[in-house]
Amino acid sequence: MIGFLTGPGLDHWIIAPLVITPLMGAIMILAMRNHLELARIFSVATVSVLLLVALSLLWSSAGGAIVSYELGNWPAPFGIVLVLDRLSALMVALTAFLALAVVLYAIGSGWDARGRHFHALLQFQLMGIFGAFLTGDVFNLFVFFEVLLIASYGLMIHAGGTRRLQAGVQYVVYNLLGSTLFLFALGTIYAVTGTLNMADLAERVAAMPPESSALIRVAAVLILGVFAVKAALVPLHFWLPAAYAEAPGVVAALFAIMTKVGAYAILRVHTLIFGPDVPVMAGLITPALNWLALLTLVVGNLGILGARSLGRLAAFAAIASMGTILTGIGLFTPQATAATLYYMVHSTLAGAALFLVVDLVRARRVAEDDRLIAQAPMAQNGLIAALYFASAIAMAGMPPLSGFLGKLLIMDSARADALVWVIWAVILITSLIGVVGFARAGSLTFWKRTEVPVVETPAPGLPILATGGLLAAIVVMTIFAGPVTGFLSATAAQLHDTDAYIGAVLRPERDAS
Amino acid sequence: MEYLFSSAVGLLTAAGVYLVLRRRTFPVILGLSLLTYAVNLFLFASGRLALNLPPVWISAETAYTDPLPQALVLTAIVISFGMTAVIVMMALGSFLSSKTDRIDMDETGTPPSDDEGRA
Repeated sequence: MIGFLTGPGLDHWIIAPLVITPLMGAIMILAMRNHLELARIFSVATVSVLLLVALSLLWSSAGGAIVSYELGNWPAPFGIVLVLDRLSALMVALTAFLALAVVLYAIGSGWDARGRHFHALLQFQLMGIFGAFLTGDVFNLFVFFEVLLIASYGLMIHAGGTRRLQAGVQYVVYNLLGSTLFLFALGTIYAVTGTLNMADLAERVAAMPPESSALIRVAAVLILGVFAVKAALVPLHFWLPAAYAEAPGVVAALFAIMTKVGAYAILRVHTLIFGPDVPVMAGLITPALNWLALLTLVVGNLGILGARSLGRLAAFAAIASMGTILTGIGLFTPQATAATLYYMVHSTLAGAALFLVVDLVRARRVAEDDRLIAQAPMAQNGLIAALYFASAIAMAGMPPLSGFLGKLLIMDSARADALVWVIWAVILITSLIGVVGFARAGSLTFWKRTEVPVVETPAPGLPILATGGLLAAIVVMTIFAGPVTGFLSATAAQLHDTDAYIGAVLRPERDAS
Repeated sequence: MEYLFSSAVGLLTAAGVYLVLRRRTFPVILGLSLLTYAVNLFLFASGRLALNLPPVWISAETAYTDPLPQALVLTAIVISFGMTAVIVMMALGSFLSSKTDRIDMDETGTPPSDDEGRA
């Protein structure tokens, strides 16, 4: 308590995202379950505060210090720690920004009024995502995964409907299997190393002799499989298309960050603990991850071309973007990681914007039919088409937006890799396929029309504002690409400097108070 | 004891995987439950199997068993209990609204006819 008043103080804000969200969620369920207006006001206020907290955390982490927050003051590795470094601060800030856009869109479009507890579930979902980004303990990571998943189950079937429930059951079954696999992996890791703290694990795995490494190699692959399920790596992506296409558009936009949680976890665990330079891991992860990531790119972009509805198109675009991200992660160099992070931030924003545009189209069609067939012209056709055009360019990685820069950076960082020609060819050819798919879907949706009189629907401004805000953030990322990549290079360097992380967690400098 | 324990975990896992691959939601949920039992036992064994040893350190005792896996198992049991409840409710909702408990869905949204899914 005294430390809070006299000390740096900011350290204690690390836990704020994990305290504010469940507190507000609980209050919303208990006190505001019949007061939608009140819940809306509190939801916007909470997410705004979270964004401010996240930005101040990002600001404080930019100096390069890694802060470890010991829950209950139990020193690591005995207690659970939260760790704030540049990467986790960046992901937390990105999540908070996305959440603000999603809340504004949900309020403006009336999605939150179509079922109960939207805002409360959103708070719990945010708690899980923030926790997954901040924790420094693998079992705690599992717990936060479960928190974000169980909230996402509720959000996914928000507003009900037969198709949505059926897709929801598939989604839950797939993720429960993933959770079971996660526990098997954690049990194996604990049995071999006797610890679950990430920094402690990193030290012990690095010190293991390569001769007796069978079990730990099995555990490393198992846990990669779990994260690959979350990150929708082909062939573990089958849960994604139906779930994202059938979920409410605004929820699918929030889910844009969920696949990135998987990518973040691979990035964190497989550089810190099971990095390719660790003796017991030699030649295990990288080849498989490289080829599967390229396969993900191919499948995702072919899916864009073959999609029969806008929802599935956006879902396969999400898979394609994960292919690009995992290609970058699989290179495991600081330069490639920096490029990947740039593309990751970009594709989160672009993917969310695309899902919001899909929802804007659905809202203007009869019976929310988003199939790619000629239909009656919709209200505000020009504006929606422009938003679709912008988010499709961003998603496909065409100039001038940051998707192009991100892909260029990843390709540039692959220069020294043995697979460089394969990576370049796959990225370029699949981008072309994606562009054709987006163009085909756009012209079918916005230009082909049947001769039915237009049904003018009242058009609320808030959804357009939220979608435009996400696209504006992409434009800002493109204009300030220099400073952003500078920060991300520092982030990647910090991520690959595992000794600094281990030292900050296991041997923090204790102040005399 | 190790052989008995590990074969029990293996049997539960095998049965769970078989049931999860069924086409209807009820066997799939049963399969998921069996898998969670298997993983709970597996986690429990990750601290090594020991008989008649206290899970806390008492100065009079020289040997004790690892208490951490027991805490992990407790967490895992609570989480899997909640998850099973959620999926039962969702499967029930899906069954009541679509009139079929098949787990797969087709492109058009019309539920597939019932007799071909008997498995």
